[in-house]
Amino acid sequence: MQFMLLFSRQGKLRLQKWYVPLCDKEKKKITRELVQTVLARKPKMCSFLEWRDLKIVYKRYASLYFCCAIEDQDNELITLEIIHRYVELLDKYFGSVCELDIIFNFEKAYFILDEFLLGGEAQETSKKNVLKAIEQADLLQEVSWSQIWSLSPLVFSRTRPAEPRHEYFTVPVY
Amino acid sequence: MSDVVEKTLTALPSLLSLDSQPGSAKLSSTSKLGNLIRGITELTSKHEEEKLIQQELASIKEQVSSPNTSMRQMKELMVRAIYCEMLGYEASFSYIHAIKLAQQGTALEKRVGYLAVSLFLNESHELLLLLVNTVLKDLQSTNLIEVCMALTVVSQMFPKDMIPAILPLVEEKLNHPKEIIRRKAVLALYKFYLIAPNQVQHIHNKFRKALCDKDPGVMTASLHIYAQMIQEKPEGYKDLAASFVAILKQVVGGKLPMDFNYHSVPAPWLQIQLLRILSLLGKNDQRYTSEIMYEVLDESLRRAEMNHNITYAILYECVKCIYTIHPKSDLLEKAAKCIGNFVLSPKINLKYLGLKALTYVVQQDPKLALQHQMTIIECLDHPDLIIKRETLELLFRITNAQNVTVIVEKMLDFLRISEDDYTTIDLVGKVAELAEKYPSECWFIETMNTVFSVGGDMMQPDIPNSFLKLLSEGFDSVEEDKKLRLFAVDSYVSLLQGEPDKLPQRFLQVISWVLGEYSYLKEELQPAAVLRLLAKLLDTKNTSSETKSWILMAMTKLCDGEAGVSVAQEVSETYSSSLDTVLRQRAHELQYLSQNPELRSKVLPRDAGLEVDSSLSFLDGFVSEALAAGAAPYKPPHQRQEELAQAKALSLEPYGLSLPISMSSCSIADRQSPTLLSISSGLSGDSTDLSLKGGSTTLKLDGVKRVWGKEGYLAQREPLEEAAAQVEVPSPLRSPSQTGEADNSHSQTPIPIPTPEPEQEKQQLASSLFVGLSSHSSVSLMGKSEPTPQRFRRKAKSPSSSLDASERISNSLVSSTSTVDNLLCDNLLDTSELAVPSPSLTSQLSQSLTTANGSFDVQLTESDVKGSSPTLVRDNGVAVPLSGLSHSEITPLCSDQSLDLSVCHVQKEEYLALVSCVCDSAVQELRSLGVAVCQYSLTVKRPSVHVEVVGMVSYQLPVGTHQSVQFSHKLPLTSFIRPLTVSTEEYGKMWLDFTNDTKQNLSLISDGQESLTATLNVLKKKLQLHVVEIIGVEGIVACRLHQDQPCLMHCRVHAGTLAVWLRSPVPDLPDCLIYHCQRALQEH
Repeated sequence: MQFMLLFSRQGKLRLQKWYVPLCDKEKKKITRELVQTVLARKPKMCSFLEWRDLKIVYKRYASLYFCCAIEDQDNELITLEIIHRYVELLDKYFGSVCELDIIFNFEKAYFILDEFLLGGEAQETSKKNVLKAIEQADLLQEVSWSQIWSLSPLVFSRTRPAEPRHEYFTVPVY
Repeated sequence: MSDVVEKTLTALPSLLSLDSQPGSAKLSSTSKLGNLIRGITELTSKHEEEKLIQQELASIKEQVSSPNTSMRQMKELMVRAIYCEMLGYEASFSYIHAIKLAQQGTALEKRVGYLAVSLFLNESHELLLLLVNTVLKDLQSTNLIEVCMALTVVSQMFPKDMIPAILPLVEEKLNHPKEIIRRKAVLALYKFYLIAPNQVQHIHNKFRKALCDKDPGVMTASLHIYAQMIQEKPEGYKDLAASFVAILKQVVGGKLPMDFNYHSVPAPWLQIQLLRILSLLGKNDQRYTSEIMYEVLDESLRRAEMNHNITYAILYECVKCIYTIHPKSDLLEKAAKCIGNFVLSPKINLKYLGLKALTYVVQQDPKLALQHQMTIIECLDHPDLIIKRETLELLFRITNAQNVTVIVEKMLDFLRISEDDYTTIDLVGKVAELAEKYPSECWFIETMNTVFSVGGDMMQPDIPNSFLKLLSEGFDSVEEDKKLRLFAVDSYVSLLQGEPDKLPQRFLQVISWVLGEYSYLKEELQPAAVLRLLAKLLDTKNTSSETKSWILMAMTKLCDGEAGVSVAQEVSETYSSSLDTVLRQRAHELQYLSQNPELRSKVLPRDAGLEVDSSLSFLDGFVSEALAAGAAPYKPPHQRQEELAQAKALSLEPYGLSLPISMSSCSIADRQSPTLLSISSGLSGDSTDLSLKGGSTTLKLDGVKRVWGKEGYLAQREPLEEAAAQVEVPSPLRSPSQTGEADNSHSQTPIPIPTPEPEQEKQQLASSLFVGLSSHSSVSLMGKSEPTPQRFRRKAKSPSSSLDASERISNSLVSSTSTVDNLLCDNLLDTSELAVPSPSLTSQLSQSLTTANGSFDVQLTESDVKGSSPTLVRDNGVAVPLSGLSHSEITPLCSDQSLDLSVCHVQKEEYLALVSCVCDSAVQELRSLGVAVCQYSLTVKRPSVHVEVVGMVSYQLPVGTHQSVQFSHKLPLTSFIRPLTVSTEEYGKMWLDFTNDTKQNLSLISDGQESLTATLNVLKKKLQLHVVEIIGVEGIVACRLHQDQPCLMHCRVHAGTLAVWLRSPVPDLPDCLIYHCQRALQEH
């Protein structure tokens, strides 16, 4: 895999992971072009795209587009399932994940991605193992969160519905 | 890792369990990041967003650089910086702090630090060097999570040069008790393998251990490395095929733990990776490796029956594998059925993959496309362009002489609506390829016109070039050529009369060349009229100066008659004062030649072809005159530059000429470069440019006819050939569409005749598209035999290729069975372990060799068959004779059912002996060998980096059938290099005499004092050079190519590199040698 992009229906980038070294300018150009191309496609259309010399595999989950670039000899369908497995992982981790979870906790979404794909290749395909690894690392994280917690008590339930664009992922069940 | 987690888990209160994580997610939304994000959502304009982010960045910048910021705050700041970068704002000031955070933070902060580093920096970023120490420290940490983090970042990016620093630690982790660490270590090594394969060469056996790891995750990770290695060198891993098959069998059989299941399919990622590896291993296979795969492939196909994407993904990979490996009929049948299901699926993704698979297999099995012709037709009108595009790709593969017009029309339709440049370029190339393959006059020209106008200036530059070449070289029939050119002229004149300013520049260039060259064919067309059209084009605003120079060239060819001359004069006056030197030059030529028709007809003869004498031999007289008058000899540009540099600074180079060289004379010599020559024929410019770019110091003359001699243009003896061409009477040919209709009857249409109107249209289209593919006619794919005789056939590139053919020395070495017997007996006497052969084939065995690259590279001298080959060793079942001299490894060249051919070369003092062995593999299976040995001596006439020997073995089986096997063998130049023993004084003398030289900086193989000696020793060992003397930081080395072609090398250690200067009397030799030096040092 060459890179993975997550962007919203409005074309806002939510996550980007590049597995090939490119300069910032090039990255921005690719992102801009791809977001445009993918957003222009109709819902019933093919999930695969030929773009420059790459294959783009994308899938929309609620308001968020997941988009991967692969090489020509790679398997498109399995890439689609990689996206799905990633969504499953996010869903399990955040508990019914929505776009906001990813916006506000994008670093966690990155951690999960790094545990699942490494250097553009599927690292661990067992869901249990990925989540275990994240939990383990989070455990340390949580301690520190709890420290902050004790300093500044929060009422999160109030802030969340106030968000204008709030959509839950609908994870398709096969 | 589970026990650590579990212990900690039980120790912590329940609020820290998984359930609390959504809580923590919400928590952060009120943090500063949360505020920022909310702030941005509330904004309405891009401008406001920019202002806000700039403020934010300024505050982050201030805080990160403040000494009072704690690491915890730093972590929070980094997250915000990442967010700003994601929005597209630069936050490069934070990069260094990200590294600092990874270095100094505790585990939690470290994690964010590493993440920020991996998002901010890429492999080549210089700041990454600062991370090396941190990674080193964390790899040694007792905290597993820190080790994991370090390995994660290493597998994503690591500076190539620093790999040796951490490699031992990563290697060590392969034996770690935790599988997650082992897995990440394997992936880190995979990354290293990708960026610096030679660094991890020594741990190949450890990869194998990882492959055998008891944890499936580690094993899966190791497959990435194997897939890569097998892709590069499949033959090296054939023995592993059985292991991969065994693993796949277990996976398919559900032997893995349940949590590797994905939607109740066992480990699909692993399955697909294994299938891909198997297809790499079985590609171009001679049955044996593929045979062991058949069973498991069959099982995979059978098991994948659930209706889910993931099973289709596996099926698709299976089908690809089945069609890649050595074929087996019942598997192919099942795979074909699978493809059918894909193509017919209502799901668009599957349909796309079905088309892709069809495209992949259609060359092997064209009937498959025929079965699905109606579906393909439907796909051709699919609203999704991607499906349409893939269908065209499929059609491109099944094009033949009969359906080409219909297919090209479809492709052009697509081109007209396509907006994507990349697709346009690709498709334009394909259309041009098809049009050139199946040209028929007006259609060809019309198609190419569309290609030029649609493809515009984006298309590959070789398309117009090859079109012009095709037009000028012509086909078999002179009559047809004339018609074709006439049609081109007609259509271009009418284009120019229309709105030429809308045409792309490339097209205008083509038009002006064709008009210049061929408008005389149309008698009623006045040259002056064409000139006026061209002149109008010159005045158009959009015309680029490159196009203008093409136009002026065309005008030079055309300026006939009074009216013409006056137009030409007018134009040349305008442009002879142009600021563009090329245009000015052309204008002067036009002016001069238009006034001197006699000279013009000599310089620009009509219909003379496009040969050019790139050796510039016609200038010899001029050059010798100038030399006699005291001019300095021509020097290549790099030499001049060097001397220019020397003139400015103190000469530090050894053996330098201290004579002052007049620069002005040099530059005059430079003006004689072939650019001037390209005026006479538009196309030659490219070819000479190319040969110059090739890096050689001399011009390449292969296959170039001598057209220009000292007396000027040399008349060619073409007529003979043309007469022969005329004899061939063109057979009457129906137009492709007619043929399509006529063939209607035998193209299979699956739906019965009474059909509604649109259906009928589709069927008509189907019959015209799939004509020639129907089952009864012989398979006629592109490049294979054509059922109908083609009227246009490209002329064989006669002059050069026939030369090649005549070069072919057919030396029947082993002429009779008895010779073989004798030879074998001679050879076999010493080695008793081999049984006496019983040659069952070989009543006639002959070999022929020729050279492939360049025409005169290798001279073949037939030497005694029973030459010095006293011993015979057995090497993997192939017996090979060896003389006492050093010899290369025995390389298998080619084989067929009854014959294995291997080759080995022996370095003799003056030449290279090539020993090829033919052994009878049919007999070999019976554990006895039939071997014939042939020996050739090779010498190099003109150096090139590699020398390729090609040849053919033909033999006759006892039953009487003639067989022949072709082979080729590539030898590096180094095989021909021998040490040259000279003294330092002789060396100095020779140095001054040699004219061809080259300079380059090479890398030293080690640091420290002895690096020069060590490097030179490597060169000495690998390339057989003679080290003459080493003084301090300088060393001189000498070698020779054969007896009489020395090459001297001067090396100096300078700023950590080895500055090498090579000189030789032989052109190209220094360049070739420097290449091999570089390779030798890299490989070391």
